[in-house]
Amino acid sequence: MKHRTFFWFILPTLSAMILFIALPIVSVLIQSLFVEHEQVLVVSESCGPFGCTPTTSIDAEATAALREAQPLGRFNGLGTYFDRSHLATAEVAEIWRESNGLKSFFNGLMDLKFYKALIFTLTYTFIVTPAVLVFGLAVAVGVNNLPRAMRGVAIFISLLPFLVATIVGSMILSWMLDGEGIIGATLQNIFNDPNLTIKSSTPLMWIALIIYGIWHTLPFSFITFYAGLQTVPQDTLEAARVDGASKWQTMISVVVPHLMPLVSFVTLMLLMDNFRVFEPIVSFQAEAHAQSLSTFILSDLREAGNPLYASAGATSILTIIGVAILLTPVVIRTWRDFNATSH
Amino acid sequence: MATKAESRLTTLKIVSYVLVGVWLIIAAFPFLWTFWGSFKVQGDFFSKADWTNAIYGVFTTRETGGAFTANGYIGAWVQESFWKNVLNTTVIVFFTVIISLTFGTLGGYALARSGFRYAFWILMAALIFRAMPHITLVSGYMLPFFEWNVWGLKGTAIIVLVAINQPFTLWMLHSFFKNIPKDMDESAMVDGCTRFQAFWHVIVPVMWPGVITTGLFSFLLAYNDYAVTSMLLSKPNETMVPAVASFLGSVQVQGNIMFAVAAVVSATAPLFVLILFFQRQIVSGLTAGAVKG
Amino acid sequence: MFLKKVVVAGAMSALLGTAAYADANANCGPDGASVRILGSDFPAIQAVAGAAEANCASGAGEFTINLRDNTRDMMNQALTPNPAEYTSVIVANSTLTQLMNDDLVRPLNDLVEKYGQNLQPSQLITIDGNVMAVAFMANSQHLFSRTDILEQAGVDGIPSSVEEMVAAAEKIRAAGIMEYPIAMNMKVGWNVGEVFNLFFFANGGELFKPGTAEPNVNSPAGVAALNSIKSLLEYTHPDFLSHASNETQALWEAGQAAMAIMWGSRGGAVLDDEGSTAEVTENTVLSAAPTAGGGSIPAATLWWDGITIAKNIPDADAEASFAALVSGLNADLMVENNDKAIWLIDGFQPGPAAAGVSATAAGGAKPYPMIPYINFMHNALGSELVDFYKGTESAEDALADVEAAYVTAAKEAGFLN
Repeated sequence: MKHRTFFWFILPTLSAMILFIALPIVSVLIQSLFVEHEQVLVVSESCGPFGCTPTTSIDAEATAALREAQPLGRFNGLGTYFDRSHLATAEVAEIWRESNGLKSFFNGLMDLKFYKALIFTLTYTFIVTPAVLVFGLAVAVGVNNLPRAMRGVAIFISLLPFLVATIVGSMILSWMLDGEGIIGATLQNIFNDPNLTIKSSTPLMWIALIIYGIWHTLPFSFITFYAGLQTVPQDTLEAARVDGASKWQTMISVVVPHLMPLVSFVTLMLLMDNFRVFEPIVSFQAEAHAQSLSTFILSDLREAGNPLYASAGATSILTIIGVAILLTPVVIRTWRDFNATSH
Repeated sequence: MATKAESRLTTLKIVSYVLVGVWLIIAAFPFLWTFWGSFKVQGDFFSKADWTNAIYGVFTTRETGGAFTANGYIGAWVQESFWKNVLNTTVIVFFTVIISLTFGTLGGYALARSGFRYAFWILMAALIFRAMPHITLVSGYMLPFFEWNVWGLKGTAIIVLVAINQPFTLWMLHSFFKNIPKDMDESAMVDGCTRFQAFWHVIVPVMWPGVITTGLFSFLLAYNDYAVTSMLLSKPNETMVPAVASFLGSVQVQGNIMFAVAAVVSATAPLFVLILFFQRQIVSGLTAGAVKG
Repeated sequence: MFLKKVVVAGAMSALLGTAAYADANANCGPDGASVRILGSDFPAIQAVAGAAEANCASGAGEFTINLRDNTRDMMNQALTPNPAEYTSVIVANSTLTQLMNDDLVRPLNDLVEKYGQNLQPSQLITIDGNVMAVAFMANSQHLFSRTDILEQAGVDGIPSSVEEMVAAAEKIRAAGIMEYPIAMNMKVGWNVGEVFNLFFFANGGELFKPGTAEPNVNSPAGVAALNSIKSLLEYTHPDFLSHASNETQALWEAGQAAMAIMWGSRGGAVLDDEGSTAEVTENTVLSAAPTAGGGSIPAATLWWDGITIAKNIPDADAEASFAALVSGLNADLMVENNDKAIWLIDGFQPGPAAAGVSATAAGGAKPYPMIPYINFMHNALGSELVDFYKGTESAEDALADVEAAYVTAAKEAGFLN
């Protein structure tokens, strides 16, 4: 394709992405290198319906003057990236010095929220991603083998986990997991332990989140693979059948290779989404047991009232770096494919 | 030999049917449960005493006189005017899908056909763009939008939804276009078509399975979006998901959780029709797509 | 115009001042100005904004009311441009601090003088002599008790301290009535932080070293607060770290708890006939929050909701917005909306649902502090105390983690060096 033609084809999508994603990323990166000005505080008294109390407040004029002089704040370099809420290098070094053996080092590390979140996120990612890939393909092939009249209904039902708005869907599931809910109560019956509750146990909560993750994202891989199956060339399948290949062999040697671009695509998206796992944690009220970098961003931007932009920015950039590292193997594969097909 | 192959084939078939059956049950159960429960009162559906209340409707009978009640539906649609949110969602989702697909199809096609290195790097850049957490992006948009006086408008939300889902759309369509043999449009170009004519007359007719599937996901992403719509839309322009979230209540007051449940269930019904339609498109694409290589 | 003599029941008189004039012809300020109100979406605010609209919309050039979720997440950005998106925001203690930190609301002294004839002095939120907000309703946590269950377990009267609650809970458990008789809002995040505040203040703690932003929670009062909370958690449902207002209210209405520390604003919903049985509602008594550690202060924080006016708007709009909102804060509002909130407005007759908050306020509970860096401390408490409640960390270690997390955030925000 000529450069000129390519340019006009790509222009709309590229300009949308540059304007709304690339520029914000640059601005977030810059903000993560600065921290707020020193706040000028004044001690005063505040009164209200419940009496008067001594308090402090910000001297607005003095702070505004500081802000005027340096609009971005004080330059902090990579300081925010290495502070206690992020990579916590100083704290990790100290834990290393004080620990006797790997186990106590690991326990100390788990006291730092960044590493605790990383462990959960990686566990989640590396269980949910392959499971969704394999089951999604299996269900797609299964549905494709169904009589034509049943396929529409099967597709609709398969999409339901994705259709019901997450906030309500997971609220209902979250209630089901309660000690009094249908799943929680059934588990108590099976294990004959009335004190067994999913929400008070970290391992059980992790399992619940992982199962929910698989359930919720399976429709994505299923539909993508199902659509891909429709484009498998019929004559190749015919040829394989004539050659005496079993269904299983055809599957492995014809269908799967044909779907490979889609498999890479689904893998990339799943790795990325799972690494940023967020909604299930919030709606399962599982913050006590599982956190992710995305929940930290929410807490810095929203819970803090006046947002901690540097901290949220640093976490966002670290998320991007984490995603980039995770995706490298798939990207290298895509690079090889790209070079193989481009000549 | 033949019998062996055949018997293996049947086991495989049984396994695949069982798998599909189990999956369909797992996929449908929470929804059926919700559908059933949407006709109960909150004390039953979210019972803290006994989950079987949700089936028999103990509190529903006590409070309304019957084992089923449409109070959730009446509350959501009449009292809270949920239909306004449905209209807003329809407008926003429609334009988001159309614009996303137009941008994405052009870009995805170009990326799939360009052999130059920069095409690969654009794809990589799109991946990095997609890795950016949406909460950070949305928080960043707010101040400029307020300053330019475009905050709260449907158009703003549409553009933002298109832009932040563009990496996904682009990648998905690019993957599908890779599946369409190159010879097709290239032979058209040998016959004297321009690149765009080849795209329009040869590729567009066969691209529907991919486009419909991508469109389906653009649709679902816009339809289910909470991060963007909850922060960037003013109350009169609010879509369904933030409206449902606002039914859930806050620290201050008890929400009308059953309104939310009923709203979610009733919003699913039109999707059923839509998906049956898509399904036919995907299958009809099969014949169009089955080209001689 | 007539002079209203108001009989204020018991403790509410502590909150309310003298009677005042109710003005029938509302004074709406300059004609043709623009009034744009932002607030959270709940009945009391709907009532106040609705009254303002009814009184003053006709004379205004523009009159819009935007009540929604997540107000707090967007109010600062909405008020930053000039002119701001909204002319008035309905805030609470913590959100007023949030706006003042960015210098987005204006002092109201002159407006109060001009339009505030109906306001009580106690409604004015003043900081350093400047009126920054006008409060109209109050809220706090307090104790909900089931008298029938307490009686059945042989407990005399309603517990008034943490120690009595624990003793009563033990009796209920020993009598085999309930395994987990206590309910509390202990969901990870904001709620965990808030519960710590309640018991920390009740134990006489101060979150910061006086006059500075240095943290002060890793102290004997902090450990005492955590031990008070832990003693109650022995008797709460093991899922407590996922319980917020919605869950505790559901537990209560399902008859699964005998004592609960919940928000006063949920009192009305608990006492009504929806979602519960007569057995529960008839025996529910609302009383002051318990004291802790032998102190006399109830373990609660007092909250108010009130009116602020944006800084970055024309003076005429500010005047019209203030006049409109204040015009609604009178005895007429109470006629229809008496039970929608615990009003701080003159003429309020507290109903049964307000009893708990009144008793808590009368007992001397502290207001939620309006300190610029309080949100960072609250956030740190909410996330770092979880390990203690899960039993994987000691009280001292958890509090040290809180201080470290707070210091990290406060440094970034420029409050500490």
